[in-house]
Amino acid sequence: MKHLDEYRDSSLALPLVKELQNTVTKPLTVMEVCGSHTMAIFRNGLRSILPQGMKLVSGPGCPVCVTSASHMDAFIAMADIPGVHVTIFGDLFRVPGSTGSLAEASSRGAKVDIVYSPMDALDIAKNNPDELIVFLGVGFETTTPGIAATILAAKNQKVTNFCVFSTQKTMPAPMEALLNDPDLKIDGLLCPGHVSTIIGAGAWEPMAKKYNLACVVGGFETADLLKALILLARQVGSGDIKVENVYPRAVSWERNERATKMVEEIFEPVDMDWRGLGIIPQSGLKIRAAYRDFDAEVRLDIVLPKSKEPRGCLCGEILKGKQTPNECPLFDRGCTPATPIGPCMVSSEGTCSAYHKYGRDE
Amino acid sequence: MCLAIPMKVTAVQGNPDDFTSNQLATVDADGISRDVRLDVVDYWPKVGDYVIIHAGFAIHSLVEEEALKNISLLQELADNTPEELLS
Ligand code: SF4
Repeated sequence: MKHLDEYRDSSLALPLVKELQNTVTKPLTVMEVCGSHTMAIFRNGLRSILPQGMKLVSGPGCPVCVTSASHMDAFIAMADIPGVHVTIFGDLFRVPGSTGSLAEASSRGAKVDIVYSPMDALDIAKNNPDELIVFLGVGFETTTPGIAATILAAKNQKVTNFCVFSTQKTMPAPMEALLNDPDLKIDGLLCPGHVSTIIGAGAWEPMAKKYNLACVVGGFETADLLKALILLARQVGSGDIKVENVYPRAVSWERNERATKMVEEIFEPVDMDWRGLGIIPQSGLKIRAAYRDFDAEVRLDIVLPKSKEPRGCLCGEILKGKQTPNECPLFDRGCTPATPIGPCMVSSEGTCSAYHKYGRDE
Repeated sequence: MCLAIPMKVTAVQGNPDDFTSNQLATVDADGISRDVRLDVVDYWPKVGDYVIIHAGFAIHSLVEEEALKNISLLQELADNTPEELLS
């Protein structure tokens, strides 16, 4: 209740903050799965008004943070191949691998471009017929459909110098891995907003039942977040465990069929390496053989190197919700956003960068 | 990455059943107009509907009434008691 004053003026949030205080009747730990939620919670100062007994831990939902060191090294090695032009979402640019980053590759002459959409990468391919444009697919269900649509567009438009290196990951699987971990006790999940737009709020139901886990799909504004936390506390308090959706402006109960069909046309499930979590069966997506011309791993014959995590970096444990950045001896000493050691400090959605930006004591 | 507000559709082109047609919507948010892909949107929008966008693709569409209700919802919350908020 440190900063409740800040909410006094906000007629919007105050009743919700009060309601949250009243609702938490027994201790509970909630995991916010999505990196955007982690940032929104910090930005809104919600950690400082959490009632006694309510604990929030961050989960494995920042796509850059869960990209393994071995994938990062493969990306960087690929960028150094002459004639290859790598296109990425911006957050990936400064993530360190074992031997540098894409930013460093770029400064020694590798072609690396930041794009807003995979479709922009396809346009770059059309404008640069002498280069092989590789889009690095790093993301969850929210980005996969657009990447699938872009591959299909490349095929239809007969663009032959475009391909994708897919490390796309799927969401409920790592949560199961965490819930099976006896060291980690989670009572509720703040389910990711826009992953749920694609898979539907209903996708969380099997997990809610199997693990007796309160699940609420929430948005990103202060009131969205407070509502979600209140409902989670209510479920845990009453024992009436279920899936609730307080983000109906973006999420339906059913999955997005058009997106799902598009993804299934292009991709198939594959075992995937997650930073911190290791290999989780069938938790990733690879490009189907029928579209192998668009698969960078096939075209460039990529073998994933055996890479080590940066020494001393706790990102892996932080992604599991087991430790906080405060427990990392490098936090704000060797490791800052200007000189990041691990991906959790680089990504704008990473837990370490959130702690750095909004204060370590919360 | 995920902080989305619904954007209003001002024009639609392409055929929902034909992925080779140029499936595009023009959207408007606070006077800024831009094109977004409709390849993976859940329901094909019509002019006046709203869409939620991620990385250049519309991923969810809402009819106007639903969108306006949702956009003003957060403001409306202010005037309600907590009990009503959650009903
Ligand atoms: S502070 Fe840096 S080194 Fe420590 S866990 Fe975070 S990213 Fe890794």
